[in-house]
Amino acid sequence: MRHENIEVNSGLMILLILVVISIGGLVEIVPLFYIKDTVEKVQGVRPYTPLELRGRDIYQREGCYLCHSQMIRPFRDEWLRYGHYSLAVESQYDHPFQWGSKRTGPDLARVGSKYSNQWHVQHLKAPRSVVPESIMPNYPWLLENDLDYADVAERMRALKYTGVPYSESQQEYDANVKQWGKDVADLLDINLARESLHKQARNGNYDGFSARITEMEALVAYLQVLGTMVNFSQYEEGYFSEFR
Amino acid sequence: MAQSAALPAEQYNYDIIRRFMVMSVVWGVLGMTVGLYAALELAFPSLNLDIPQLTFGRLRPVHTTLVIFGFGGSALFATSYYVVQRTSQARLAFSWLTEFTFWGWTAGVGLGALSYMAGITQAREYAEFEWPLDLAIAAVWICYLAIYVETLRRRNQPHIYVANWFFLAFILAVALLHIFNNLAVPVSLTKSYSLFSGVQDAMVQWWYGHNAVGFFLTAAFLGMMYYFVPKQAGRPIYSYRLSIIHFWALIFLYMWAGGHHLHWTALPDWVSTLAATFSIVLLLPSWGGMINGIMTLSGAWDKLRSDPVMLFLITSLSFYGMSTFEGPLMSLKSVNALSHYTDWTIGHVHSGALGWVALVSFGSFYHLLPRLYNTKMYSQKLIYVHFWLATIGIVLYITAMWVAGVGQGLMLRGFDEYGNLAYTFIETVEFLHTPYVWRAIGGAFFLTGVLVMVYNFVMTIMAARLEEAVLAAKLAAKLART
Repeated sequence: MRHENIEVNSGLMILLILVVISIGGLVEIVPLFYIKDTVEKVQGVRPYTPLELRGRDIYQREGCYLCHSQMIRPFRDEWLRYGHYSLAVESQYDHPFQWGSKRTGPDLARVGSKYSNQWHVQHLKAPRSVVPESIMPNYPWLLENDLDYADVAERMRALKYTGVPYSESQQEYDANVKQWGKDVADLLDINLARESLHKQARNGNYDGFSARITEMEALVAYLQVLGTMVNFSQYEEGYFSEFR
Repeated sequence: MAQSAALPAEQYNYDIIRRFMVMSVVWGVLGMTVGLYAALELAFPSLNLDIPQLTFGRLRPVHTTLVIFGFGGSALFATSYYVVQRTSQARLAFSWLTEFTFWGWTAGVGLGALSYMAGITQAREYAEFEWPLDLAIAAVWICYLAIYVETLRRRNQPHIYVANWFFLAFILAVALLHIFNNLAVPVSLTKSYSLFSGVQDAMVQWWYGHNAVGFFLTAAFLGMMYYFVPKQAGRPIYSYRLSIIHFWALIFLYMWAGGHHLHWTALPDWVSTLAATFSIVLLLPSWGGMINGIMTLSGAWDKLRSDPVMLFLITSLSFYGMSTFEGPLMSLKSVNALSHYTDWTIGHVHSGALGWVALVSFGSFYHLLPRLYNTKMYSQKLIYVHFWLATIGIVLYITAMWVAGVGQGLMLRGFDEYGNLAYTFIETVEFLHTPYVWRAIGGAFFLTGVLVMVYNFVMTIMAARLEEAVLAAKLAAKLART
């Protein structure tokens, strides 16, 4: 075919452009949904609890992902600095993913349980009071704002629609009990969303205020769970590389 | 020929082009000012002022949205509407729809920026618009496509000129990317969750993100180049055959390259390797485009000495060549291991965005403005001043980011003699302070250049208005006498 034939026919040109630009995405993206080894078979990764979920929403609202990655690469320096490299399964309930693309601050994929709640509260309120050279903004309003969790059930329902196994029916609840035990299954039950958010905040007291549930409470609860769900001592070295 | 008797200003719809051009400049000034402020926040964190709306995390998407979609997008609307009319010798179709694309796009960009400051965001880079704005933008885009295709169909030329191929591919690809990357389940008007998660979501996002660069910031601006470089040079494009090959190769290959943003992550290696391979091959069509543009000047190189507009256009192509060489380099897994997550990436983006996208737009604007207002530029000298401010600014910016990125990358992987990490993370942050200051200075140079351009534009438009008024008065006086 002569190229001239395309140049004089806008319909043909549009059709050919559509074909040519579709191939790359079809080949690279579609198989990711079907190749089973894309996500590792590993126990322990569960959806976020209502409180953690609200914390994650705040993480997104403040644009934390623009300076902090949540994706540790398989290099020795990252291993020493952050821990085991990140697995695909660890973000399988992340809508959207928050791997990030820039480390103006350190990676947060395994920040959970590394620092105390008090440290996080102080650091988020005034980073330079604990790390003098830090260039992170202060986030004093996280402690001032009470957490709005009126619509937390709706949020879980939207996520359930995307495939996150929050439960609404008895059957779904039972499946969660079987997979993660009753305590976790209760936290993932949409019908109990507000109570379990309340309960986790009471018991965890992440923000240091026992009488209030602040935005800080949710954000710290989220940070403290990051990277803690997989028990790496259960797996042999090299098991994960079979999936790569 | 009836149409050649009419003035271009009457034959074509220039009004919409003037408006998009003015908005492009307005968004450019705003977006670059926000960018400069965000850069200063990184050097001097107290500038975050403890005001939520002004923190770096919220301002960064404001900056990227205003410069990419506001400045770049409006520049593309303006130039593509101009080019499609001139090369088709037909007036823009559906004039009421063009109004809608102008107001829709302008409102979308403005509301988007405000929504991020309010904390409403999808938290996807370069796709932060929440779903109602996504829908509005999609509507504008479909109208844009309809206007473009219908104008092409009404052309009084058998052939579709090469610039239009690029604009067409850009419009189609951006529609495809925008729709699939923004699939989400809404919770309320201001909140949604993306349909995909984790590794699949990451791949969709960077398929989008890389092709926002490939089609929005490259293919479309190549369309601009293919019209304005030959026009300004007064010579035909260097090679027709090269333009065919590099067009199809470019749009085919770009769509494979997104995975290089995810090297060494939980993305399966086969995707990442494919993406790296295609990124390297992408060097060929990219340089094909650059060569085609620069060689158009062959036989007229003296214009570089006498025509500042030509300086803008040719320098933009040089930066295009440089950043499309740097890109494949950074997509090599071994280089990426160092460069990823550092400011090297930021420098790379800006050598493309400032060096290529902004300079080719400025060159095209300097070409367009006198023609749209039927006058001469107020000052040629100020075009030179703008050019040098911009070029010095870009060089300062990207050099500072090379130092920052390579420096931090090397520090982070440094070990001491006992095999322990040589530096803590925060020590690398301290190191970044000086390059961050230089980066802000580079940005300030660039912004100052834009302000010089604004002054030159305002004076030109005012002079044009005056000329018009004098002419009208003379005509009236003449009529009164008879």
